[in-house]
Amino acid sequence: MQLYRAHILVCGGTGCVSSGSKAIQEALTDELVKNNLDKEVKVVETGCHGFCETGPIVIVYPEGTFYCRVSTEDVPEIIAEHLVKGRIVKRLLFKAPVTEEQVPSYKEIAFYRKQQRVALRNCGHINPDNINEYIGRDGYEALSKVLTGMTPQQVIDDMKKSGLRGRGGGGFSTGLKWQFASNSPGPKKYIICNADEGDPGAFMDRSVLEGDPHSVLEGMMIAAYAIGADEGYIYVRAEYPLAIKRLKTAIAQAEELGLLGENIMGSNFSCTLHIKEGAGAFVCGEETALMASIEGSRGMPNPRPPFPAVKGLFGKPSNINNVETYANVPIIYLHGADKFASVGTEKSKGTKVFALTGKLRNTGLAEVPMGISLREIIFDIGGGIINDKKFKAVQIGGPSGGCIPEQHLDTPVDYDSLTALGAMMGSGGLVIMDETSCMVDMARYFLDFTQKESCGKCIPCREGTKRMLEILQKICGGNGVPEDITTLETLGAVIKNTALCGLGTTAPNPVLATLRYFRDEFEAHIYDKKCPAGVCTAMLEYKIVTDNCKGCGACARVCPVGAITGEKKEPHEIDTSKCIKCGSCIEKCKFNAIVKG
Amino acid sequence: MIKSPEDLKRLREEAKALTSIRAGQGVEIIVGMGTCGIAAGAREVMSAILDELSKREMSDVRVSQTGCIGMCEKEVLVDVVRPGETRITYGRVKPQDITRIINSHVTNGQIVEDLVVAKLD
Repeated sequence: MQLYRAHILVCGGTGCVSSGSKAIQEALTDELVKNNLDKEVKVVETGCHGFCETGPIVIVYPEGTFYCRVSTEDVPEIIAEHLVKGRIVKRLLFKAPVTEEQVPSYKEIAFYRKQQRVALRNCGHINPDNINEYIGRDGYEALSKVLTGMTPQQVIDDMKKSGLRGRGGGGFSTGLKWQFASNSPGPKKYIICNADEGDPGAFMDRSVLEGDPHSVLEGMMIAAYAIGADEGYIYVRAEYPLAIKRLKTAIAQAEELGLLGENIMGSNFSCTLHIKEGAGAFVCGEETALMASIEGSRGMPNPRPPFPAVKGLFGKPSNINNVETYANVPIIYLHGADKFASVGTEKSKGTKVFALTGKLRNTGLAEVPMGISLREIIFDIGGGIINDKKFKAVQIGGPSGGCIPEQHLDTPVDYDSLTALGAMMGSGGLVIMDETSCMVDMARYFLDFTQKESCGKCIPCREGTKRMLEILQKICGGNGVPEDITTLETLGAVIKNTALCGLGTTAPNPVLATLRYFRDEFEAHIYDKKCPAGVCTAMLEYKIVTDNCKGCGACARVCPVGAITGEKKEPHEIDTSKCIKCGSCIEKCKFNAIVKG
Repeated sequence: MIKSPEDLKRLREEAKALTSIRAGQGVEIIVGMGTCGIAAGAREVMSAILDELSKREMSDVRVSQTGCIGMCEKEVLVDVVRPGETRITYGRVKPQDITRIINSHVTNGQIVEDLVVAKLD
């Protein structure tokens, strides 16, 4: 085998590809040939590193030097300096946000230091299109162990002991789910992977599929063996073309090696896997709707019971888990259930991947042990709030979750503590908001999302979310009345209790949670007709502070509706009946003479 | 084709070499590749190291390079760092010395005393 003294890893995740990593990869390969180094140094395309904001990311091993925002123009310098002379190209290193210190090594960056990568163990470290790199890092060893030394019941017992709970939203015990599917009689059973990740801002499943598809395949096969299934489906959103491409390659390579198909590794166990591309409906992430979609029906949920474990895909007992859940499975059998359960809190074991977005310095994917505080995630890993603004709230669990204010930031993060706070783990999306975010507007945004995605099958969701949205629009528009708050609470409670599926029962959460922690903002909108954060334009008025205005006329020239008038070198005025509150004048004014409020 | 757990194990042992360099463990060999080092033949020494490691399938050894450290008259300088042991600097290394350095020092921990120019804790 050809040995290389250095590996240049180029991120091939969706984030870095869209910022130009493919061209960098080609430039690196060309430059290596030019310098006669192509026999010594290898270029490897990997999956997502999670720190997409700093992409395109290039990492050079053995040193583990982390270069960010690399462009093709930087390539000759990287080769000439780093790979020929062994000198790090300092200007491309990551700069710590507060201290501005340059951090040379991957592991030293604060964003990675507090992370504990289990589901993301191989993401960014291996070439996802090369099954051998996965095997070289103990890939398929867990499957081999399970097939040769364990009965299906032992596999399920270990899963129960590990305490793994579903990472897709509900947080149901994976071991129990497998037990139910295993208990259901019948010669034909299915294993399903839910990869219909749809929460705004969440992309951990995409990253796992793109960066380490074999871990998901291996997890699914272990589950298939445990419940007695011989066929499976991976339901992936069609909006994830790269994930689908890598999955297809992974399945083909596993089949070629005999790790998928008939009599896997010489055992009696056989399993085939198919990919089903979703057609873009958020509700298809709900398991019954997802199965209907695979069957070729319209993607709409069905009442449970019967649960999928009893009567699932094509009427057969089925087990359905999410991508991140399956990615955790091999580790449990590789290192033991006890080791897995040693991380986390009493009722939530292991680690969880969070997608950090919003007003943060470092955005991206972070995998942390359960029980860590939100404060550590936001301020240590996320680097705190951009522009030193004040933290206001974090929306956790996407459109099904709720917001958590400052006073609860030290709560240890696990399934139960978040539910107790009125939020939920969900898929792990974290949207961070600062003092310039309006909580009423935020609740309106998420409800607008779920209302549009409601499939319309049940009345509480179809009608209820629509009515709630109308009320929120009214409040944001400055026309709220005092009864609106109680109506929202009543409607929310009814929808929660009566909707058919998870989409409906969790849809009111963002509204109910904001009412719980930020009722004063609702009241300010309704009683004072004021938006404290200055977001809801209907309640804003733009005014010119006459003392500050120099009469330069810049605002009048930029105003698209001609609402600003005044003599040269005299204070100007805004005609509020004409003003459309676009904010252009504030941006243009150099003297802070225009205020909104 | 993998037909048994043993097949998988065999493939894994081979495949480990693909990524072991990214783990950041094992012995490190550092070659001085400043202008002085290159002029003294560092490139040939580097090639000899890589050839020797390939021949012995020693994929866990990391080979990196460094710039000029000021001992230009002693180039080509080659450092060997075994985890937890003293860092040894060899001087005036020729490609034909590489087999000896790898065989006795890198593999067996026996320092090649006649080539040593410095020992660093």
